[in-house]
Amino acid sequence: MKKHPIRVKVNGVVYEREVEPRRLLIDFLREELGLTGTHSGCDLGQCGACTVLMDGESIKSCLVLAVQADGAEILTVEGLTRDGRLHPLQEAFRENHAVQCGYCTPGMLMAAYDLLQHHPHPSESEIRAGISGNLCRCTGYVNIVKAIQAAATKGWEHG
Amino acid sequence: MKPSAFEYFAPAGIEEAMGLLEQYGEEARPLAGGQSLLPLMKLRLARPRSLVDLRKVAGLSEIREEGKGISLGALVRHRQIETSESVRLRCPLLSEAAAFIGNPQVRNRGTLGGSLCHADPAAELPATILALEADLQVLGPRGKRTIRAEEFFRDFLTTALEPTEVLAEVFVPAWPAYTGWAFEELRRRQVDFALVAAAVLFTVDKAGTCRRVRIALAGTGPVPLRAREAEGIFQGHPPTGEQMARAARKASEEVRPESDVHASADYRREMVAVVVHRALRTALGRVQ
Repeated sequence: MKKHPIRVKVNGVVYEREVEPRRLLIDFLREELGLTGTHSGCDLGQCGACTVLMDGESIKSCLVLAVQADGAEILTVEGLTRDGRLHPLQEAFRENHAVQCGYCTPGMLMAAYDLLQHHPHPSESEIRAGISGNLCRCTGYVNIVKAIQAAATKGWEHG
Repeated sequence: MKPSAFEYFAPAGIEEAMGLLEQYGEEARPLAGGQSLLPLMKLRLARPRSLVDLRKVAGLSEIREEGKGISLGALVRHRQIETSESVRLRCPLLSEAAAFIGNPQVRNRGTLGGSLCHADPAAELPATILALEADLQVLGPRGKRTIRAEEFFRDFLTTALEPTEVLAEVFVPAWPAYTGWAFEELRRRQVDFALVAAAVLFTVDKAGTCRRVRIALAGTGPVPLRAREAEGIFQGHPPTGEQMARAARKASEEVRPESDVHASADYRREMVAVVVHRALRTALGRVQ
């Protein structure tokens, strides 16, 4: 099957690769680029563990083909830390015990990142709506919501 | 699972896109947001030989206010519909319906055209554009044509589009003054598909008499449908609580839903009455 060249910027680094058309973005990130922070939960777009940002918007990377990301800028969970320091959202998740098994966490962080970009001071119901595309089997969501509230209260800055 | 192998094209313009669809015919599928098509391909329920990605085609992503209504390009994303000030002012029913679609990530990618052409009868936008009596502008090898919303949805996941045609734009005619609107959906969790949903528009005249009402239902059969007998109950009268209850009951009698793993036919029918009643009350409350 003919491969297509793509040029993608991921976490600030430009990659030029050739991919099969059916290669999903999540598999490209994990297997081609070795960025395994993004998790594959359900493979059908239900659980949101695969959430990353594409051109500044949260998307489910298992529902996007790598070829569709040609020319795009991607931010994964690995891109949240700067100079070895955790992002305020990651700090808030840690401080508020919002992580148990950790499987949903990268997706939750990226969904929360997108939410806070658009709603820097969300209400609880806005937070719950904002993470409605992300399933968690461990926590019952309570501490995740608290963590996002804490990050918002602390005047989270992105970029 | 992963999709079976396919060829991929990202044409630079609409002519090239249509040329590819004509070349491959029924073995090609246009690709918009992919939020419905890709899951089908991953389950291998759809195995197109070619995908024609429309993302580089210009002119399909605009929202344009016009004198007589509002036009939305087929590639307008659900998130754009949800947040657009123009849509909120000119067609708030569409804003409200779009907010019910899936979840934030899906709304960032999914498109108006994709949802309408996928034609899932439980989806929000097909029922909504039916209530709005929208016109769908379609491009094909023989030129442009307009398909009315009520002629567009033919069967389960089947529209009036030919394999070589592309939906370009949806025109929503403006509704007159004194029109209230509501979108009501029943689902178990926020991100589930609708069990049933109702899109309602209600116009009265200055004396408070009903001039026009539209009740469109999702999740009740192979296509979205208008509850015309229920609509007829209001014609020429000022609306009353008793009429609304009767119309809700009538709507539930007009549908022939099927039982499936999510709900029995009886439950869906009963819930049609509930969502229609709620939507009618909300719509009337919003008449200004």
